[in-house]
Amino acid sequence: MIRIVTSVLAATMAMSLPARAEDLVFLSTQLRPVEEAQKMREIILKAGPVLTTYVADFPQVVPTRLAAEREGGKHTVSLVGGLHGELQPLVTAGDLMPMDVLAAKLAGRGIPPALMELGKLGTAHQMYIPWMQATYIMVANKQALPFLPKGADINALTFDQLAEWSAAVQASTGKRMLGFPAGPQGLMHRFFEGFLYPSYTGGVVSTFKSAEAEAMWTQFAALWKTVNPNSTSYNFMQEPLLAGDVWIGFDHVARMLDALRQKPDQFVAFPAPAGPKGRGYMPVIAGLAIAQGAPDAKGAEALIDYLSTPATQIKMAQTSGFFPVVTATLPDDLEPGLKLAVAAIARTQSAPDAKPSLLPIGLGTQGGAFDKIYLDTFQRVVLRGEKPRAVLDRQAEGLKKIMAETGAPCWLPDKPSQGPCPVE
Amino acid sequence: MRRSLYLAGVTMLCAWTLVPIYFLALGALGGRDLVNTFPKPFWPGSASLSTIRDFLAIDGVTGATITSVETACLCMLFSLILGLPAGYALARFSFRGANAYRLLILLTRAFPVAILALPLTVGFIRLGVYDTPLGVSLVHTALALPFAVLVSSSLFQAVPRELEEAAWVFGCSKLQAARRVVLPLALPGIAAIAIFAFVISWNEVFAASVLTVRHRTLTAYLLTVLSESPLHVQFAGGFVLILPTVAFIYLVRKHLFAMWGISNR
Amino acid sequence: MIPYILIAPSLLFLGVLFLVPLVQTIALAFQVHGAWTTANFTTMADDINFHDAIVDTFAIVAIAVPLQLVLALGMAMMLRGLGRGRDIVLWIWSIPLGISDLAAGLVWLAILTDQGFLNTVLLKLGLVSGPVSWLSYETPTALLIGIAFAELWRATAIVLVILVAGVQMLPKEYNEAADVFGASPWQRFTRITLPLLKPSIQTALILRTVLAFEMFAIVQAIGGRNFPVIVGEAFTWQYTNQNFGVAAAYAVVVMLVSLAATLVYLRALRTPREQIG
Repeated sequence: MIRIVTSVLAATMAMSLPARAEDLVFLSTQLRPVEEAQKMREIILKAGPVLTTYVADFPQVVPTRLAAEREGGKHTVSLVGGLHGELQPLVTAGDLMPMDVLAAKLAGRGIPPALMELGKLGTAHQMYIPWMQATYIMVANKQALPFLPKGADINALTFDQLAEWSAAVQASTGKRMLGFPAGPQGLMHRFFEGFLYPSYTGGVVSTFKSAEAEAMWTQFAALWKTVNPNSTSYNFMQEPLLAGDVWIGFDHVARMLDALRQKPDQFVAFPAPAGPKGRGYMPVIAGLAIAQGAPDAKGAEALIDYLSTPATQIKMAQTSGFFPVVTATLPDDLEPGLKLAVAAIARTQSAPDAKPSLLPIGLGTQGGAFDKIYLDTFQRVVLRGEKPRAVLDRQAEGLKKIMAETGAPCWLPDKPSQGPCPVE
Repeated sequence: MRRSLYLAGVTMLCAWTLVPIYFLALGALGGRDLVNTFPKPFWPGSASLSTIRDFLAIDGVTGATITSVETACLCMLFSLILGLPAGYALARFSFRGANAYRLLILLTRAFPVAILALPLTVGFIRLGVYDTPLGVSLVHTALALPFAVLVSSSLFQAVPRELEEAAWVFGCSKLQAARRVVLPLALPGIAAIAIFAFVISWNEVFAASVLTVRHRTLTAYLLTVLSESPLHVQFAGGFVLILPTVAFIYLVRKHLFAMWGISNR
Repeated sequence: MIPYILIAPSLLFLGVLFLVPLVQTIALAFQVHGAWTTANFTTMADDINFHDAIVDTFAIVAIAVPLQLVLALGMAMMLRGLGRGRDIVLWIWSIPLGISDLAAGLVWLAILTDQGFLNTVLLKLGLVSGPVSWLSYETPTALLIGIAFAELWRATAIVLVILVAGVQMLPKEYNEAADVFGASPWQRFTRITLPLLKPSIQTALILRTVLAFEMFAIVQAIGGRNFPVIVGEAFTWQYTNQNFGVAAAYAVVVMLVSLAATLVYLRALRTPREQIG
């Protein structure tokens, strides 16, 4: 036995001897799924200006890791890619480097000024360069289309019509065919923060326990009776859509793209429904930032430059389903699945009743706790059948505490506030 | 009649172990189409290795596998070096503090180590073992050590003291007696300890995730990669995780068998 | 002097890699923004998943661990009666020993999903007419049983190897003597084998129970959000909610629960020192 141990050990030691190349480390919360990450490495980064190790990890891991590297004094990560809301706590912690010079250099790329302003993250300096954008849409199997309520326009659906539609599908098939990504890695909280709440109450924080919110939860609980119960396990809606477990699904466009791509003639894509206060939707913006103490800051700058050229941005759109932030025209010969997604996003953004809401801003490390308020409310009201009023009052206390502790002022769609965003 | 019932029982238990793995293999080999097929076929129809091949071609899988093996072997080595003497001490000597030591050992095992990895991170960076197989294997050793100490202590307890005393009579020093008499008798059990250590390290995922950036162990790497992959890729990943295990257990089966053989003597 | 030299290296190692971070973690559990408080424990107990996590964790431990012990004992006894093919059977039964939580979860996910192999078998047997959900929040009992099966499948091998290692050390003479007195196989098992195996059983039970309290990856793969467990909650608080204090509080809970279980086993299965001889 001991001989086996030593010989195996010797062999592994020998194997590990050649030191791995000291590439630039690009730590990103985006494009995590294997195939996406692989395309990022093979198609995008391989053609880039510096040798890059692309590390895709969960959003929660990034601040932890950077904090540990800072405290330990040995930096490995140079470039950080993440969503707007994920980069915010890094600024608070002092883990990002201001990049005003680079921002000036990229001024001609046509990144909208509003997006560049977001990249300052409330400071006087550019903290990240906008990288790519996306949003959430709905996808339906064409088999579900005959059940659409009479007179309903699929591109201007309301939540009432969605409920009617889903109920009609259930009545006919005997199965619950509406699906939401409420699994552990799913993005269900964004549905509440960016779609349901804005559509019904016109706000997210200030209207948290309003009478409208109470009515909204009651209606959503009723809608849930037609939702596939496996929804609490779905992380990505593309799978159940492809498997035919779900006919109508809501998710981040990148998490449904696979279904659209594989069977573009079987699915339709359309904007999320509207409520009494408009068609709430949440644009998703990812940015690129340079880590404080980056071992290769120059290389990171070169990489950001490369990633924000129109050509690279178009390639990103074609491979990942994230859309350009710079001025770039997508080619007409897009593959059919991608075309469906692009059209749905364009309709969402240009809908006359569109009500955009931003990812939570200014919550620092409390972002997860904030999401939990909405998910817990969902779990109590919808899954456990508790009374909405009591749950909202209880959860509102937690929300107030988070707002007070972080002092975060209101963001869209809530009205601007002096000081922390109030829970009315 | 009794014999055939008995053999049927053995066969059923073998099936209970193997059939689930077979199902996973089907899932891994069937690719995307099989995931969406129902009812599922029980035989590989159009089995192809393409999913597995795609999976293995993913950047970093090879590197992560090497890191995993290094880490697991180091963990195995540390566990034996640190654990066997302590197990021997607990089995053969009564000394003040033995119970306190036992308690400490048990306490180690009664704590979710991944939480401990966080305060450890900073210290590891200072020591220069952050993001290295060595660093991860240290934490894994903390996990495996209680196994090593407890199991070896019960092993040594079971080796008759008289044999050892006889060796002293024949002029062996205590160390020689331990090495020549006790160790060979306990060897199969020690093999089991080594396997434990290897397996604990191979399977541990959270400490490995926290303590590495680029030099991920395979399990830690897969945790990130798999939880957001389509099912067929997940199944392929799971299958790839299991395969070396089957082989590894096969390699040491002689020692597992020897474990059995001794009692037959 | 000798025993102290023998335990010193491991003691030093555990001091640095276990006690220090342990104390740091406990301190973390009782602090919010640097002030001493029990607020983390209040937050933990008030949380929506706390009750479920405790109940689910204990349910799995209570179901899986005794079954694992019985199954492993049966397997260890069966191995004694095998002639040829013993090593191959032992190999097959030991395979799950090396299967990670993550992989085991995936194995059972392949079986238990709606369009999985269990439903296929049931369909062929004519017991169901189409895919049935076993793992949704609407079927908590089926979910519990499914996870218990996965645990049983994965972790029985560890108990088996410890027991087999114990069985091999049993002196043959006792059984021969029992034969002389005409004891039945069952009497031999309950009167001789079982009592002699007590130290091994104790070790196996302690290791298994403590490990079962730490179960996480397997549950997450199969049950996702629908089956919260204590350690799973600790990780969620640590990584998703970024609240290290509450995560540390959960860690303290796991530690106390495991510690209590360990002490119970140590007392209940005590082996008097003279008997070890």
